[in-house]
Amino acid sequence: MSDATVDPRFKRTAPRRPMKLSWSDERVRAIFWQVLVVGIIVAIIWWLVSNTQRNLEVRRIATGFGFLQREAGLPIAEHLIDYSPTDNYLRALIVGVLNTLKVAIVGIFLATIFGTLIGIARLSRNWLVAKIAGIYVEVIRDLPLLLQLLFWYTILQGLPGPRQAMNPIDGVFLSNRGLLLPWIQWEGAHTAALLAAVIGGVLTWMYSRLMRARQMADGQPRRVWPLGLLLVLGLPVATWALLGAPFKPDVPSLQGFNFRGGMLMSPEYFALLVGLVTYTSGFIAEIVRAGIQSVQHGQWEAAQALGLKPGVVLKQIVLPQALRVIVPPMTSQYLNITKNSSLAVAIGYQDIVSIANTTLNQTGQAIEGIAIIMAVYLSISLSISLFMNWYNSKIALVER
Amino acid sequence: MTFFGQTLKAGLRAAAFAVAALAAAPAVAQAPAQATGTLDAIRARGSLICGVTTGLAGFAQPDSQGVWRGFDVDYCRALAVAIFNDVSKVRYVPTTAQVRFTALQSGEVDVLFRNTTWTLTRDTSLGLDIPAINFYDGQGFMVKRSANVTSARQLDGATICVQPGTTTEQNLSDWARSARIRFTPVVIERLEDNVAAYLTGRCDAFTTDVSGLAATRSAQSQPNDHVILPDVISKEPLGPLVRHGDQRFADLVRWLHFGLITAEEYEITAANVVQASTTDTRPDVQRLLGRTSELGQMLGVDNRWMVNILRVTGNYGEIFTRNLTPLGLQRGPNALWTTPGGLQYAPPFR
Repeated sequence: MSDATVDPRFKRTAPRRPMKLSWSDERVRAIFWQVLVVGIIVAIIWWLVSNTQRNLEVRRIATGFGFLQREAGLPIAEHLIDYSPTDNYLRALIVGVLNTLKVAIVGIFLATIFGTLIGIARLSRNWLVAKIAGIYVEVIRDLPLLLQLLFWYTILQGLPGPRQAMNPIDGVFLSNRGLLLPWIQWEGAHTAALLAAVIGGVLTWMYSRLMRARQMADGQPRRVWPLGLLLVLGLPVATWALLGAPFKPDVPSLQGFNFRGGMLMSPEYFALLVGLVTYTSGFIAEIVRAGIQSVQHGQWEAAQALGLKPGVVLKQIVLPQALRVIVPPMTSQYLNITKNSSLAVAIGYQDIVSIANTTLNQTGQAIEGIAIIMAVYLSISLSISLFMNWYNSKIALVER
Repeated sequence: MTFFGQTLKAGLRAAAFAVAALAAAPAVAQAPAQATGTLDAIRARGSLICGVTTGLAGFAQPDSQGVWRGFDVDYCRALAVAIFNDVSKVRYVPTTAQVRFTALQSGEVDVLFRNTTWTLTRDTSLGLDIPAINFYDGQGFMVKRSANVTSARQLDGATICVQPGTTTEQNLSDWARSARIRFTPVVIERLEDNVAAYLTGRCDAFTTDVSGLAATRSAQSQPNDHVILPDVISKEPLGPLVRHGDQRFADLVRWLHFGLITAEEYEITAANVVQASTTDTRPDVQRLLGRTSELGQMLGVDNRWMVNILRVTGNYGEIFTRNLTPLGLQRGPNALWTTPGGLQYAPPFR
């Protein structure tokens, strides 16, 4: 928006007048009250902090963050980075943060897909599909999440033990120890291939931007996907082959008490993920439904009357308008998934709350422990909010 | 409902300490300064608030009528009798392993009788004191008989259920490292959920103090399906906890335990205490039962406190036999020092 379009009436300001140091001056009163309120808040905070410090000192309760460097000694079942009980508390807490992110990110991804499908299903013209989706939403939304988590965890515990594990396909085991899948022994070439896939994705995006600019110039649509497919899939495969194509399968097998090898999805993680995804997708479904219904039917008809294909109508006409309605409440749901993941404590998944709780219990430093938990959730939530706000402003309709 | 209550409480209680330390500041501010704090506060309130476990057979568990019973509960009752000469003036607050210290620090409970291990870190950095050791324990493992395991060394690769926020958790990883054993921990906060995970087979073994294992085992419909392995991997001296800085109350709790031991030593029981208080001529007994001395007053309670207590709970041996012998626990190191291998010893009452 340029200045020229601004209504000139808005640019007028009241004439300045000298401030009188008197109670009758509106601005003096306003400043007085603001200073007073801020002063009281600062004083309360200062008093709370100093009082807490004094009391902790008097009672000889240890304070400070020195404990982070001490040996943790706590065993952690699932860790994305190397961890052993001889590492310090800081590393244990980082493991906890990564575990929280692991469940939150995968959960957000799956809940979005699953919730969108159900939301669309609820609008289906097929009576049965629409009703089933409706019942799903009503039931799932109305049950407490903690109850659902315990339900899933109890079901998973009811699976047979490792020695009687279900073995539907060779190398795949399902037991009360979790789901075991064959995997490969990870090597440098695989990391390189993964990196190549990311580079391929970025190149595809740049290519599509270029083609789009060309289309804007001459009106001819161009196909992006053949080259895109080549970049995203072909590039990593070529990289992997070039580096000697290492491939050593890592198939799980029962040894003694437990399985060795393979990739494990623990019952705790699985129960938490399934619980969060099913619960949140019920809410997301309603948001998506509301978004689609907010686009008037006339928009569809008008687009069809222009002779656009149904896919193009959805992508270019309906979605941009629906997303305007969908994105802001979706942000809240993403934040909910992240925060609700702290219920992991009840079913023994070692997320940041679980590990920080243990830490504050071992060290006795409750205030520091709670502060760490709050800082972690605040950082994650603010990151999600910032990203979603950026996305929201990007898809906002450009009004002229 | 109870579960949600429990879990919510568990989650919030840790935070509650922070809030308590912050918000209830005036009350907290006085607490350490006072010389006669806890005991006076209990008297003013009219009841003792005792922190116990969320339910561990033999130590603290509500019976079918909802009445708390157990070894730790008897100590709470004894303390209530010492202060009020009324066994009903005690309220029990179940605490999980994770919230017990904050519950005591924040003043939610007056004292913890909650099989807590005495360690240096806990003694120095929690702002709490451990006045006495009332149970000598050690950490062990329980496995299903069907697993055919006879020694903890055979647990390589096993999944082990353990409660978070306990010394057990750290002992387990220390032991596994020195014994070169790999294991997968499953850490669930509530004891009941932890045991359930072991029973359904999520874990191959359950580890905690041997007394806790015996209690858990005895609570099962088929106790013989479970074996407590002979290996004991740690020292677990268990005792009550009080807030640091209130030595008067700590003295009372300490001498309460010593009184129960001394009574067993002189064979004063619930049955004969009333008679002994008038007829027993042994000087030690006369001092213990408050006939010829004012030892009770020095602790801030009635001189006949031990008579009142022994009438209700009996001596240490009786408390042990009533609560822990049915679980299959031997006296072992918890026998009196006069028995070979016994460690329970009380300084003289004079």
